[in-house]
Amino acid sequence: MGRSLSRFALGAFAAAAFAAGAAAQDLTIGLGANVTSIDPHFHNLSPNSNIAAHIFDRLVHQDEQQRLQPGLATEWKAVDDTTWEFKLRRGVKFHDGSDFTAADVLATLKRVPWVPNSPSSFRIYTQAIKSSETPDPYTILFKTEKPYPLLPVDLSTINIVSDKHEQSPTGDFNGGSAAIGTGPFKFVEYVPGDRIVVARNDNYWGAKPHWQKVTLKLITNNAARVAALLAGDVQIIEAVPSVDYAKLKSSTNVAIWQVTSNRVIYLHVDSFRDQTPMATDKQGALLPKNPLKDPRVRKALSKAINRPAIVDRVMEELAIPAGGLLPEGFFGASPKLKPERFDPEGARKLLTEAGYPNGFGLTIHGPNDRYPNDEKILQAIGPMFSRAGIDTKVVTLPWATFAAQGSNPNYAFSVMLVGWGSGTGEISSPLRSLIATVGPGRGASNRGRYSNPKVDQLLEQALATVDDGKREKLLQEATELAINDTALIPLHYQINVWATRKGLQYVPRADEYTLAQFVTPAK
Amino acid sequence: MSVFIIRRLIQSALVLVVMSLLVFVGIYAIGNPVEIFIAGDADQAERERVIAALGLDRPMWEQYWLFVRNAALGDLGKSFIFNQPALWLIVERMPATLELAFSAMLIAVLLGIPLGMYAGYRPDSFAGRSIMAGSILGFSLPTFWVGLMLIMIFAVWLGWLPSTGRGELGSLFGIRTSLATWDGLAHVLMPAVNLALFKLSLVIRLARAGMRENLPMDYVKFARAKGLPTRRVIFVHVFKNILIPIVTVLGLETGSVIAFAVVTETIFAWPGMGKLIIDSINNLDRPVIVAYLLITVSMFVIINLVVDILYSILDPRVRLADVKG
Repeated sequence: MGRSLSRFALGAFAAAAFAAGAAAQDLTIGLGANVTSIDPHFHNLSPNSNIAAHIFDRLVHQDEQQRLQPGLATEWKAVDDTTWEFKLRRGVKFHDGSDFTAADVLATLKRVPWVPNSPSSFRIYTQAIKSSETPDPYTILFKTEKPYPLLPVDLSTINIVSDKHEQSPTGDFNGGSAAIGTGPFKFVEYVPGDRIVVARNDNYWGAKPHWQKVTLKLITNNAARVAALLAGDVQIIEAVPSVDYAKLKSSTNVAIWQVTSNRVIYLHVDSFRDQTPMATDKQGALLPKNPLKDPRVRKALSKAINRPAIVDRVMEELAIPAGGLLPEGFFGASPKLKPERFDPEGARKLLTEAGYPNGFGLTIHGPNDRYPNDEKILQAIGPMFSRAGIDTKVVTLPWATFAAQGSNPNYAFSVMLVGWGSGTGEISSPLRSLIATVGPGRGASNRGRYSNPKVDQLLEQALATVDDGKREKLLQEATELAINDTALIPLHYQINVWATRKGLQYVPRADEYTLAQFVTPAK
Repeated sequence: MSVFIIRRLIQSALVLVVMSLLVFVGIYAIGNPVEIFIAGDADQAERERVIAALGLDRPMWEQYWLFVRNAALGDLGKSFIFNQPALWLIVERMPATLELAFSAMLIAVLLGIPLGMYAGYRPDSFAGRSIMAGSILGFSLPTFWVGLMLIMIFAVWLGWLPSTGRGELGSLFGIRTSLATWDGLAHVLMPAVNLALFKLSLVIRLARAGMRENLPMDYVKFARAKGLPTRRVIFVHVFKNILIPIVTVLGLETGSVIAFAVVTETIFAWPGMGKLIIDSINNLDRPVIVAYLLITVSMFVIINLVVDILYSILDPRVRLADVKG
């Protein structure tokens, strides 16, 4: 009797310990942005790629500073100017037990441009590949038409799916039957607008995650996300709002993890049209000549902005003043470019030189629901411009209206606040999209339509240079040229902030991703 | 009565057509939705491909005509950003919203009518005055603030209730609902109270006003004089009479609670239709917006019809033929 009782007690104790252990290996994450699909090739949107990075692997991975690391490819090199060779990792298995080989990579490359009705396709990262060869199941040769040094970077955005699912529609991924990857977690459940559940892949080829089961909850409201963390319903949240930052930092239950992001917040300036719709004289009549075409006026605008004040007061120190397109340390960022010094007198002088001694009238636009404090930043800049003599009105709009009105073909604004996160982690991304002259494959988001043949030429030369050292020098030169000409006005680089419950740690990432495999118990 | 219903349905069809046209023109005027959800580094060729794939390269009248033709066949189009039928997206999230709305209305009715009747029966008592003061708060406090306060108090400080999301699903009479599990009920309680607060105040005020109006009436005096117990006078005779305005308002409010639970759903991360419509508006996801509004308008039409029919049951003096749509 006594023995059986003690055995029972022992069993109960073991069961309790096991239960506690299981609970301790569950993780719930509060994500700040909505996911539109589990299909990794459906929508080129970072919240989707963030989820995909749990279930799938890429040939090339990006670490927390977006440096390239071996993923499903163990090594890669340019064999000649137009051929890249990728060696694949051996012994990797998909979640359904099948082997990963070059056939899966080829199937993925076929699937990317195929996905029906994709609202933003990943084909822009695979279209450089003209043909592929597989001399053996673990080697792939990619041929490009022109020298294309960015191929490994571009491929770091492409999640590899099994060749069985080359033709699987997006719905099969959302339902789970096709959501078969090689990644650190297996797909369990997707409830649209609510949560994604994944479970540890015990056969993962890399470092095994600590968590048995991870629930990624979509909590888009900032206050609700913070409350969920404080209540202990989630153990980690991303995109900590700046208003709650100080409070969370002083909380004894919470730890903060932060790093400078790859996202620059900047003003795009219409330097293209001869007459720009938002520049007027002081009485409100449209100016016959676009003052923003004069680089001196653009420089004056830049000098009129007190960046440290914006960082300090508006961003509550969750940003650093920007002088370029990417913070120092990223590939191609020029150490020579420092944030423009706040100099209202210098701004007035430049305006006088440019023929506007009394300034002019200007309306500046921006979104009010897109970037942290976007509306407040613009409202701070308005009076700064006015102080330099430019009577400034501020208009903010929801992103839906702003993006539709401010882009091709409407281009309804003259000066606008936008942000750019460099998905590739190197500077050719903003150079190609924001500064290069609008044309095929260039200037895709160049809403100011800046155009400088010298910058274009340096950029094209860089993009055809496979040697990393030489390419970085060319990119730095192109950036310096563009920024010194005030192609756009950089304001600040954001700081990405995560908050965890005490006892956990996270490796903060420049690309804003929240990855369960990098959440671990604190040492 | 059938003439009444047929006339009402024809009117509703007209409303639906006008509404869909307005939404179409409105969204078209804002601009090109592709700019909102496409990656910034997508080149011009990719942008044009997406525009063509979504049919946005056609002139507006042609887009509208295609929509009307497909809608007549029951196809309201596919969401731009989810690539799933808009109707299906909405129906998929409807149970979550319905259970929230149902819980909120239940709270409003079960608490509101007795409290309001008491406040009307004993208007000068301390309890009666407190109830009325409380209802003013229910009217005037903004939903999002009350929601956040509820979360702060019951989830963060006291830790009694979960702060966010929908709980486990269970089966109740064959329906998959979170109201069938304890976990689900714990999750639904705070958002339901939050959503109910305004309706609760409304019901309290209506019930009180009804009591105050009916109590001095002749039929009450007569019933008393006949020697009926107070309880029977109030809970049978007066109760029936105060129900008419309450049913009218509750009918309309049920519609608005289902269609416009946006704030509550956002704060509590409740995966319902309200969150879907806000996300869709932010993405100019036209098929979902149009489908949502079509469903909402249809729902209001049906609720109004039911309310009108209920009138005639509650109050035999009302004849449906007399009610002009």
